[in-house]
Amino acid sequence: MKRHGSLWLRLATIGILAFLYVPLLIIVVYAFDTDKTQAWPIQGLTLDWVGVALGNGEVRDALVLSVQVALAATAIALLLGTLASFAVHRYSFFGRGTISFLLVLPIALPGIVTGMALNATINASGVGFTTLTIIIGHTTFCIVVVFNNVIARLRRTSRSIEEASMDLGADTLQTFRYITFPVLRTALIAGGLLAFALSFDEVIVTTFTAGTEKTIPLWIFDQIQRAHQLPVVNVVAVFLILLSTIPVYLAQRLSSDTTGVAGR
Amino acid sequence: MTSRSSSLPPEGIRRRSLAALYRHVPAQLLILLAPPVGWFGVVYLGSLAILLLSAFWYLNPVTSAVVHDFSLNNFRDLIEDPVNRVIIQRTVTIALAVTATDMLLAFPIAWFMARVASPRVRSLLFMGVLLPLWSNYLVRVFAWRIILAKGGPLDGLLGLAGLQGPGFSDVSTWLVFSYLWLPYMILPIYAGFERIPGSLFEASADLGGRGATTFRRVVLPLVLPAVAAGSIFTFSLTLGDYITPTLVAKNQFLGNVIYVNQGVANNVPFAATFAIVPIGIMAIYLLIARRLGAFDAL
Repeated sequence: MKRHGSLWLRLATIGILAFLYVPLLIIVVYAFDTDKTQAWPIQGLTLDWVGVALGNGEVRDALVLSVQVALAATAIALLLGTLASFAVHRYSFFGRGTISFLLVLPIALPGIVTGMALNATINASGVGFTTLTIIIGHTTFCIVVVFNNVIARLRRTSRSIEEASMDLGADTLQTFRYITFPVLRTALIAGGLLAFALSFDEVIVTTFTAGTEKTIPLWIFDQIQRAHQLPVVNVVAVFLILLSTIPVYLAQRLSSDTTGVAGR
Repeated sequence: MTSRSSSLPPEGIRRRSLAALYRHVPAQLLILLAPPVGWFGVVYLGSLAILLLSAFWYLNPVTSAVVHDFSLNNFRDLIEDPVNRVIIQRTVTIALAVTATDMLLAFPIAWFMARVASPRVRSLLFMGVLLPLWSNYLVRVFAWRIILAKGGPLDGLLGLAGLQGPGFSDVSTWLVFSYLWLPYMILPIYAGFERIPGSLFEASADLGGRGATTFRRVVLPLVLPAVAAGSIFTFSLTLGDYITPTLVAKNQFLGNVIYVNQGVANNVPFAATFAIVPIGIMAIYLLIARRLGAFDAL
């Protein structure tokens, strides 16, 4: 690598990182601004808004709903995504190539298409917009991330360890419990984390499948438009940024784990 | 061993049935495929079918109730109203601009991560790119709304040089979308760079290729599938988004029309007709991306 090329590259990298992080920093700074109107420069620093946010019942309800929806969608996606990945990886059948293409459609097509399709269906069938319809909507695009993670792990794992287990007298269920599942565990955690985060973050599909209930993104969207308790939104925003460091840390840990599994 | 043999009789039935299942491939496939295919077929494909179907329905002009009858009126309204054409044009233009911008920004940092940085710095940068991706979408849009607001931080900073920020406009939409989707472009390109064997660089240098030549004739063709894969996200995510245009601009996007029609205007059939537009655009885009090998790099 040439020296001067490297310098420009370093500067560009630092610049792009700054572009990624300055907006997040600004959110953090404004969360402690004494002024309600969020003008520039900030007026002074205070911790008052944290207290206001903690006492806000709407925020708590929205957070609880978001967690419930994300947990349910992740659980269903884990089950369906894993089943599909086993079928596609281990068997050959008519339409096998189509399955992975179909599963990726909800994230390859804009979310508004999935949202509008579900919305039209809920309207036409008259089932009504409930928490259940939000969960169904989220599961649709969560399946693919579990599928991708699990199938990638299956492709890198040799089947001979399962055969060895069966040769040593284990039946199908024992082999799954003691061999296959431990091999898949980190892939399931990674896929589940991603599915949870996608669901927790989703706005567009949620808007089209929710009734009057508000998940945390819907609550934030509402508040920004009404602009009437923005400092509270700021505190929630900082809380969500802090929350997102957990999966990033776990993902990093998992990816160093993965090399161990593949190398074995 | 003793405990094992004592529990043999009940296990015998289980083992026999499991062994029978092990030999019966169609039954295994049915068990594995029925739940995901059933769910996906009914919920997703079924909904898409109803979406296409309801695009042909229309509202009774007097009662505003949905008439479940075939009509091409929605499609005629969609094509004939020049406002719709402007909206579609604006959406596609900005989606393309965002994709191009993210490519330009992703190349240097992805190259640095994959080819220059030490393993320690690389994993730090990797986490650094992941964090904005995992942090809440609306939080990041909200940050830009503060930054771009009249008299906000950006205006304050540019004011020192006697300039003014873009305010809430098409330019700000482009800027915020480029910000939001940048990690989706960096990660595949980084993976693409990492996959190139080092020996290819030596071979190119041995054959007299300088840095720029090697990049253009060796590196670029090899990462093209990764770039195409990343561009699916940047393009598709911009195409359907109405949240960001609502919060940092005043101009309508494709998604705004759908949103308003299914919500405030309560014209679900017309919203469904409009939702076919992004499907059509994405179909063309995905066909091109597949030609470039994007699906192998996803």
